[in-house]
Amino acid sequence: MFTYYLELALRSFKRNKALTALMVLAIALGIGASMTTLTVLHVLSGDPLPGKSQTLFVPQLDPQNMENYRAGGEPPDQVTWIDGMNLLRSKRADHQVLMTAGTVAVQPSQSNLDPFYVDARYTTADFFGMFDVPLLFGHGWSAIDDDNKARVAVITRSLNDKLFGGKDSTGQMLQLGDSGLRIVGVLDRWRPNPHFYDLATGSYAESEDVFVPLTTARDLKLGRNGSMDCWGGHTEDHLETAPCTWLQLWVQLDSSDKAATYKQYLKHYSQEQMTLGRFVRPSNVRLRDLMGWLDYQSVVPSDVQLQTWLAFGFLLVCLVNTVGLMLAKFMRRAGELGVRRALGASKRSLFAQLLVESAVIGLGGGIGGLVLAFFGLWEVRQRPSSYATLAHLDMSMLLTTFLLALGASIVAGLLPAWRACQITPALQLKSN
Amino acid sequence: MNAHPILAALRRHKAGVILIALQIALTLAIVCNAIFIIGQRIDRVNRPTGIDEANLFVVSQQWVGTPESGAPGAVDTIDSLVRADLDTLRRLPGVESVAPVNSVPLFGSSHVNGITLTPDQKNSTLSATIYEGDDKLMSTLGVQLIAGRAFTAADVLRMDFHDDTLPPSVIVSQAAAEKLFPNQSAIGKTIYSDSKPTTIVGEVKLLESSMAESFAKDSDYYTIIEPVRQVGDNSRYVVKTRPGQQAAAMAATRDALFAANPQRVIDSERGILSFAQIRYAAYRADRGMAILMAVVCLIMLCVTAAGIVGLTSFWVGQRHRQIGVRRALGARKSDILHYFQIENLMIAGGGVVVGVVLAVGLNLWLMSQYEMPRMPVMYVLIGMVALLALGQAAVFVPARRASRVSPIEATRAA
Repeated sequence: MFTYYLELALRSFKRNKALTALMVLAIALGIGASMTTLTVLHVLSGDPLPGKSQTLFVPQLDPQNMENYRAGGEPPDQVTWIDGMNLLRSKRADHQVLMTAGTVAVQPSQSNLDPFYVDARYTTADFFGMFDVPLLFGHGWSAIDDDNKARVAVITRSLNDKLFGGKDSTGQMLQLGDSGLRIVGVLDRWRPNPHFYDLATGSYAESEDVFVPLTTARDLKLGRNGSMDCWGGHTEDHLETAPCTWLQLWVQLDSSDKAATYKQYLKHYSQEQMTLGRFVRPSNVRLRDLMGWLDYQSVVPSDVQLQTWLAFGFLLVCLVNTVGLMLAKFMRRAGELGVRRALGASKRSLFAQLLVESAVIGLGGGIGGLVLAFFGLWEVRQRPSSYATLAHLDMSMLLTTFLLALGASIVAGLLPAWRACQITPALQLKSN
Repeated sequence: MNAHPILAALRRHKAGVILIALQIALTLAIVCNAIFIIGQRIDRVNRPTGIDEANLFVVSQQWVGTPESGAPGAVDTIDSLVRADLDTLRRLPGVESVAPVNSVPLFGSSHVNGITLTPDQKNSTLSATIYEGDDKLMSTLGVQLIAGRAFTAADVLRMDFHDDTLPPSVIVSQAAAEKLFPNQSAIGKTIYSDSKPTTIVGEVKLLESSMAESFAKDSDYYTIIEPVRQVGDNSRYVVKTRPGQQAAAMAATRDALFAANPQRVIDSERGILSFAQIRYAAYRADRGMAILMAVVCLIMLCVTAAGIVGLTSFWVGQRHRQIGVRRALGARKSDILHYFQIENLMIAGGGVVVGVVLAVGLNLWLMSQYEMPRMPVMYVLIGMVALLALGQAAVFVPARRASRVSPIEATRAA
């Protein structure tokens, strides 16, 4: 039966080539635009650590003075050195990490390479375990190394390729300015999207090239950057005591009970600091999980969201257009349908026949839309935005494209098919 | 012409009529808002920076092997390197003037300070972008002084990058001056940042902040110039060349600086940029967005027009015999043409009315979700006229075909 309906559909397409082409083109354009923007949105709002993200949290405290105070405001995104270290050392979470961004001058041992600057991350030991960072050679460092301000470093695969020709470089020395650090580990390819652990250095930035213990970096006075908010006077040399938030704190809490307990602990900590006179604002703490944090920080650019809305509006117009055209097409065939009804075909089988016809149009539109989406994504990749290179169609989006196209065209075919089935066969036969 | 027969006919095609009207309504709602967004992006790209952009280029570089900030003698050592660089750049062929600067309009990186009118004020009156440079900065950028005086060499302090001491004198933009001291002269007034005082000695007409915010706001022009030569692990210079000599001067810059002092890194892509390049990069996303919106609108209008052509053609085919009867009874070709034109006008009119409601609703929703102002009525009016015209243009071809139906059709069996 299905093949018979298919044959009828193809026959009908041949009779109205222009109309069929118009419908397929309209669906293809709508699907192409929607899938291009949806893929970009999908890539940008993805979970950087699937399976783990719900156990990672950002504790926020409000250590600021009363200047510019507004009740009900949000606490700062980052923490001060004192609070960061207090929460790190209290070890109330399953794991915790404190870090900041920096830039270091790498002095290659080969004489044919000039010194160059790379982005660095100064962090405590749990970074690699907490964020499931894959290591190609060696391992991260330990909490003891943190305490001892050990001269160790972990580098990325690309820097390892550049400096050591891709060989296992653990045990070798990495020269940063005047200081030599022993390489203990080499990262495998790793680029979490978004760059969730420090959004201030670029929401979709690549991972840093050099990782150094935070205490070591401060001891060596390695160049620091990223976002910093201060109140009252400060100088960068005394950041350990300065009233500035400049460090990112992340904790891992493996169950929701632990998260609730930790939030309670944050409140206690905040009140304790108030009693000590360090905090002056009313206790205001937050504990957002990773995806909640990304949402709060509005990482997905609003332009991308706008484009997605625009594309779906466009798809809607294309669909309404297709419904109208299909209605015209099906009604025009009232005579043919009347003959089929008179020869014994049930309303149901007519309905099925017409739906098969609209599904075939949807399939054509889906294939056209896919081609357009590939072209659209290629165009997106030519743009200068930091996320441009990430815009690729994955398997799930490919499937979504076809389902969307098929679903949309069948929905578009429902009303016209139903209307066309309502005809009275006798009337149609008579007028012919 | 009597509208009654048209309405009677439309009632027999409810589904088709509603679909065309709905399509026109949706198209109007989306196109109005999209054109409004395009208009805003164009406004933003065209807003002035307040500086004389032609013939300017910016050099950014990092020192290698200079003493750490805060180390004894670091400020002296690095400051002498900065002054040597300024000399080197000034001696390049075609260069008119050079100044050290922390950032320039549209550049992206910025330093923002909260400004208060009293030392113990709790909430700052405004947040201003701070530009730091020497006495040559204003003439190099070409900003226009409208009150007070410019900086002299004696005003200029050299200061460690992390030092947040305020110089005793500053120059503010007119927008900042009006916000701080409405309806009075700002010259000679004292303002505070972090409870530290400074005096306004001059006012410039227009100077845009270095961050390009997504939608033009007054605060984008709250700027303050401090007479400070910044000393840190990197430095930035703005260079003005004589007309027509910019490319040559830019090409010579890298080698000249490295010849004078090789202990530095100048990024090969972003180290030396003409202001035209800075402007291009700053507004690239806006341009892309505007073009995308325009293309989608255009295709959407085409799809809607094609839909009208398709459905009207169908109706014409369906009513062949009735048209023949009317013609046989004495209707002229133009009567038939007008019939379809008026019919389309009625459908499109209904769609446009619904569309206006949808357009305003969509704008309100966008305002609540994104940083977007209210859409002026003008955009809706233009959209209405455009869609009615589109409907008329689309209906013309099938309507003319209808008008050519011969009266003989009336005699033929359907």
